[in-house]
Amino acid sequence: MKTDDLVMLLATGEGGVQRHAVARRYAAAIVVGVVVAGLLMLGLLGVRPDLAEAVRLPMFWAKIGYVAALGVASLLAVLRLSRPGARLDKVLPVLAVPVVTMWFLAAFVLAGAEPVERMALVLGETWAVCPFLIAMLSAPMFGATLWAMRGLAPTRLPLAGAAAGLLSGTIGGLVYCLHCPEMAAPFIGTWYLLGMLIPAAAGALLGRRMLRW
Amino acid sequence: MNTSEARLKDLLIRGLDGEAPVYQAFLMEMSTHLRAFFRKRLTRLPDEVEDLVQESLLAIHNKRHTYDVDQPLTAWVHAIAKYKLVDLLRRRASRERLTDPLDDETDFFSSADSEASEARRDLGKLLGQLPDRQRLPIVHTKLEGLSVTEAAQLTGMSESAIKIGVHRGMKALAALIRGAS
Repeated sequence: MKTDDLVMLLATGEGGVQRHAVARRYAAAIVVGVVVAGLLMLGLLGVRPDLAEAVRLPMFWAKIGYVAALGVASLLAVLRLSRPGARLDKVLPVLAVPVVTMWFLAAFVLAGAEPVERMALVLGETWAVCPFLIAMLSAPMFGATLWAMRGLAPTRLPLAGAAAGLLSGTIGGLVYCLHCPEMAAPFIGTWYLLGMLIPAAAGALLGRRMLRW
Repeated sequence: MNTSEARLKDLLIRGLDGEAPVYQAFLMEMSTHLRAFFRKRLTRLPDEVEDLVQESLLAIHNKRHTYDVDQPLTAWVHAIAKYKLVDLLRRRASRERLTDPLDDETDFFSSADSEASEARRDLGKLLGQLPDRQRLPIVHTKLEGLSVTEAAQLTGMSESAIKIGVHRGMKALAALIRGAS
């Protein structure tokens, strides 16, 4: 095949391209990821019974803010990594801010607590299931994000997969906030983070195979 | 270099807005830069150069919706070309040593090579491997130059089916080329 023929083939009859294709794909993915995770949570776990009281506590919103801030930062990373040649620039520090903030808060809480209470603040009552439930709720978003990314052009595949996984972890984490009774910063700084890192690690491992184009 | 960047970017943006002849000029010029880029880096695999030029052109075409007009075109094209080059080398699983570093994106447009040799694949054979719902829309709208409406009337397919067929067919073609080389 001559290259000139290919160029002719590509250009003939081309009618322009849809604007904002990248944003549209992720908007669709987020809608699917949130709705399916919400249904999973309602069907399998249920909303925490004291939600009406919990929403009046600052820590409830601190937890949501923490997960949401990580979500925004990972979305930023995902958007950059979906375009060839886009730089990550300050995305890593932006990712670190919510984590470091929550760890500071956790250190403050632990320092102020009696030594015998400290273990309970870290483990809560649900440490053994929390990371896995967050990972489970992130699964629909994981599929949706990979679908969105496959239609774009990631060139750093393991990194792009990790960012996609982290984004889905934060969606799973946000939905899980409506079920989870834990309110202590040491718990949130540990097990929520671990739960969100499970899909991120899966994305890093699967990236090269799933995202190739 | 900077004038190339500005001019090519202008061509691409007009192409993305639907000016097909401008888009063709963009791809044509892009093929010369891609050829120079790959020829310099594949000195030991000269037979791969033209295949890779075509694969990259298809990639640029199929992924053109990921170009952000605020982004330097050089960086976007360089990242695609580099990705395709690394993908090829990975596929070959060979231990070829590259003589040049892969990271000099700034001078991408400084060299051009318009001596196209023929790639080893035959377009007709590749198209023949596509299912009719993709092949016919491509043949009619892209090889015979019919409009979408005319192609729809000729094949009895709906206009949106023609558009989807072209879109999916171009992606399938890219996958075939990648698999074949």
